[in-house]
Amino acid sequence: MGPRWTSALLLCLLMVASSLANEAPAHETSASGGNQTSTGHGEAAPITTLPIVTWKWHHVSTPYLVALWILVSWLCKLVIEANHHVTTYIPESALLICLGFLLGGMIWGADKVQTFKLTPTVFFFYLLPQIILDSGYAMPNKLFFTNMGGILIHAIIGTCWNAATLGLSLWGCHKGGAMGDIDIGLLQYLLFGSLLAAVDPVAVIAVFEQVHVNEVLFIMVFGESLLNDGVTVVLFNVFDAFVSLGGGAIDAKEIVKGIISFFVVAFGGSLVGFVFGLLISLLTRCTKNIQIIEPGFIFVLGYLAYLTAEMLSLSAILSVMFCGMCCQKYINSNMDERSVQTVRSALKVFANGSETIIFVFLGISAIDKSIWVWNTGFILLTLFFILVYRFIGVFVLTWMMNRFRLVPISLVDQVIMGYGGLRGAVAYGLAVLLDETRIKEKNLMISTTLIVVYFTVIFQGITMKPLVQWLKVKRAALVELSLIEKVQNKVFDHALIAIEDISGQIGHNYMRDKWRNFEEKWMSWFLLKSSARKKQDRLFNVFHELNLQDAMEYVTEGERRGSLDFIRNENAFVDFKKKFDEDFAEAMPDIMADMIQFDGCNVVFLYRGDPVPSVSLEMHEQNLRGLRQAEEINAHHLLEQHLYKGRKQHRHKFSRSHFSINQDENEVQEIFQRTMRSRLESFKSGKMGVAPPKTITKHTKREQQPKMPNGKNRSYYSGDEDFEFSEGDSASGYDASFPTRVSYRTGAGIENPAFMPDVDPSSPMHIPPWLADAELEVSPVAPSQRAQVRLPWMPGHLHRLSSLRTSPRSGDSVQEGDEQLPPPPPPPPRHDRDDNHL
Amino acid sequence: MGSRASTLLREEEIEEIKKETGFSHSQITRLYSRFTSLDKGENGFLGRIIKIPESPMCRRVVVSFREDQVNFKGFMRTLAHFRPIEDNEKNKNPPTSEPLNSRTNKLLFAFRLYDLDRDDKISRDELLQVLRMMVGVNISDDQLGSIADRTIQEADTNGDNCISFQEFIKVLEKVDVEQKMSIRFLH
Repeated sequence: MGPRWTSALLLCLLMVASSLANEAPAHETSASGGNQTSTGHGEAAPITTLPIVTWKWHHVSTPYLVALWILVSWLCKLVIEANHHVTTYIPESALLICLGFLLGGMIWGADKVQTFKLTPTVFFFYLLPQIILDSGYAMPNKLFFTNMGGILIHAIIGTCWNAATLGLSLWGCHKGGAMGDIDIGLLQYLLFGSLLAAVDPVAVIAVFEQVHVNEVLFIMVFGESLLNDGVTVVLFNVFDAFVSLGGGAIDAKEIVKGIISFFVVAFGGSLVGFVFGLLISLLTRCTKNIQIIEPGFIFVLGYLAYLTAEMLSLSAILSVMFCGMCCQKYINSNMDERSVQTVRSALKVFANGSETIIFVFLGISAIDKSIWVWNTGFILLTLFFILVYRFIGVFVLTWMMNRFRLVPISLVDQVIMGYGGLRGAVAYGLAVLLDETRIKEKNLMISTTLIVVYFTVIFQGITMKPLVQWLKVKRAALVELSLIEKVQNKVFDHALIAIEDISGQIGHNYMRDKWRNFEEKWMSWFLLKSSARKKQDRLFNVFHELNLQDAMEYVTEGERRGSLDFIRNENAFVDFKKKFDEDFAEAMPDIMADMIQFDGCNVVFLYRGDPVPSVSLEMHEQNLRGLRQAEEINAHHLLEQHLYKGRKQHRHKFSRSHFSINQDENEVQEIFQRTMRSRLESFKSGKMGVAPPKTITKHTKREQQPKMPNGKNRSYYSGDEDFEFSEGDSASGYDASFPTRVSYRTGAGIENPAFMPDVDPSSPMHIPPWLADAELEVSPVAPSQRAQVRLPWMPGHLHRLSSLRTSPRSGDSVQEGDEQLPPPPPPPPRHDRDDNHL
Repeated sequence: MGSRASTLLREEEIEEIKKETGFSHSQITRLYSRFTSLDKGENGFLGRIIKIPESPMCRRVVVSFREDQVNFKGFMRTLAHFRPIEDNEKNKNPPTSEPLNSRTNKLLFAFRLYDLDRDDKISRDELLQVLRMMVGVNISDDQLGSIADRTIQEADTNGDNCISFQEFIKVLEKVDVEQKMSIRFLH
């Protein structure tokens, strides 16, 4: 149903696009006049009266077409991804190319000429940089540098090998008469070989990401595909120059210059990237006041790194890749959590988007009669040689490497490496760049390149997965973050360093240790904010993440059980956020911004909560004082941020430079006090015996509280009855503050629902959290207590939490907390069930 | 110095070490020269304190050499834990005794790095010591303590707040110990 609908939509769009495209050439002449379009319009038809609307297609045609094409390409992806059963067998990139064929066919049918093509300018300037920047930014640095040697060998020697052998073999076959009558010399063959030599990063990512091979294999192929660009560009430029110089003018001097230029281009490009990476890191040190555009710097400077390298005729891909790799660590810790998220997701959007566009256009470009020149011998031989030499190169080089590797690359992995030699849009872009005046058979080369690309991406892409399964290639394990594993890995690292020290050899680990020391001492000092430096420890971060994860699970479980109030305040943040999302996501995008803000607050706040990372659910073992402090901040924070917004109007401030929420102190205060007063009153009336039995139920319930984790929370507000409800009320107060809610029937909000009879315990279980808040308005406290009695039941989870209840220390802390309260009653029966799992 | 060292090592000793640890002849002589350069007293035994303890972990490894006086054989035995497992060894599958660089032995070595008092349990304090060695000064004792608590909880299945060797093995089941605890010794 869904796919059909979308494909119908797609077709409509295509019709529009192609009809617009039909008009485009007609308007070409007037549009080519540049900026005179608008004035020209006036001249063409002198106006006699004021036109209300005019049709100005040519005025917007270019950006309009660009936007439309982007939309169409992405819709293609949407259609493809909607059909999961297809994508499990055929990789997305292959499907995109096929859809490209289809689109190209349509345009061809409408126009009889291929209006849209992937031009090198568009590809190299607008589509490629973000893909490489993204892969650099997301690069697992340690893995990359551990395998650096192998990657470099494959990228440099392997690529040269591919280029040389392909060129020479084709030339040999030509001399042998296998290709009939074509006008290509040795140098041109080598040029052709060099443009086809490089494995393409885009194609490789697209295919390998879906296959999930083990990380060493992935980084070998992927790293090679990124780094060999430098080689390709140099080889291409050198041979291009040689072709124009002509065979006679090439002497040893020129060849030496070619080799030198290789090193300059590759290392110069990397250096440019490195410099820009440092620049970005430095910049993010001081963007505290402009957090909104903070993420923008990464994109702009990354792009500048690319362009600068291009300007200096250095390797642009290497430049932007190293830029991403250098800055990732520093910007991630320098920038605000939100900005990091923005950078991550925006980069993914750009990269994935342009990858899609590239593949679609690779397909579209094929449907063009003018470029197709068929020469069976040439094309088939090229395909054959590419495959064969790739395998030979991989086997020979890996054999050499394996003698120096700690963990040799297995034969199976080598096969996959060889088979993963996909060619892609880079080769096509370079082929289109060829100079037609000097290379007579340019079109043959383009069509051969296209066929090679299609063959590798479609055929090899499709067969890759079965091959991987058939050969039983070691897959990437789904790593679950576990603290002890992390600790142990670190111990291993240190032990290895120690052993290398003791055995007196300067090895890999030793070097890494030295680099790390240097990095920690100087680079971090230079590039990191002082506040960020403090949070640098990986172990602690893992710990922190795990705790966050626990908290989330805890909340989820609570939601499933129908109430959230059993958790401590800080977890309630998550809850609020969720609730809001559900309610207002469509209506008010700005609220979403606020949500992010909350999230940010939450995270920031956690750090502020030092030395007790407050989200930790095991923190109960900490001493009570620390706990109290943390909770004090918690409660304060909660009140400040969420509790009582203006109940009549959530005054929505709009600011371009800040995510803002209502922080009007007076308003908050006033509402707080009024609500409290009314609550107190209703509490008194409740006590006066309006509903005595309910009060009694209430009391028994309350006495049970201290047993639970947030019992301590309560006990902290010792004796202050009114305060006791703050937690439950927080939800309802919050709701009332929003204008779209139907529910401000009561003036100061909320007649005190605290002593309403308990709702039937079974029913709220099925009330989803976003509905639960409606229920909370009626009885905000009751469910909370029920929920307290019933901790979320999750064996693995409770196991981790177990020490809260079993260890003597936590018991003590509960005792201490109970001082002002009646002696702890016997634990509710449910506990026994939980305890069984300890 | 290297030549002097190798002359001091008798051929049969080399053979014996080779059999036990699996190092090659050249590796043994190279490591012997290293050993003598570390050996301050020049008496064939490494004393408690040797010259290199740059990092705390290094000292820890040295301590785990076990005997107070480490002779060359003990030295080699320790290093042998870090030898990568080679393919031919896997296939040969020696029926006699487990090689020093087997997975279990590697794990045992790692375990002993924590377990200072040799009670076959990693207690919270022992874990804390190791953690303190590895993290920077930025982490407070409280934080480190909670990390240690959590780590123990992850591994601890019988609830004694310690990690036994069995628990240790179980928890690191998925970790590629063979690779992570190996270095390439120069030939």
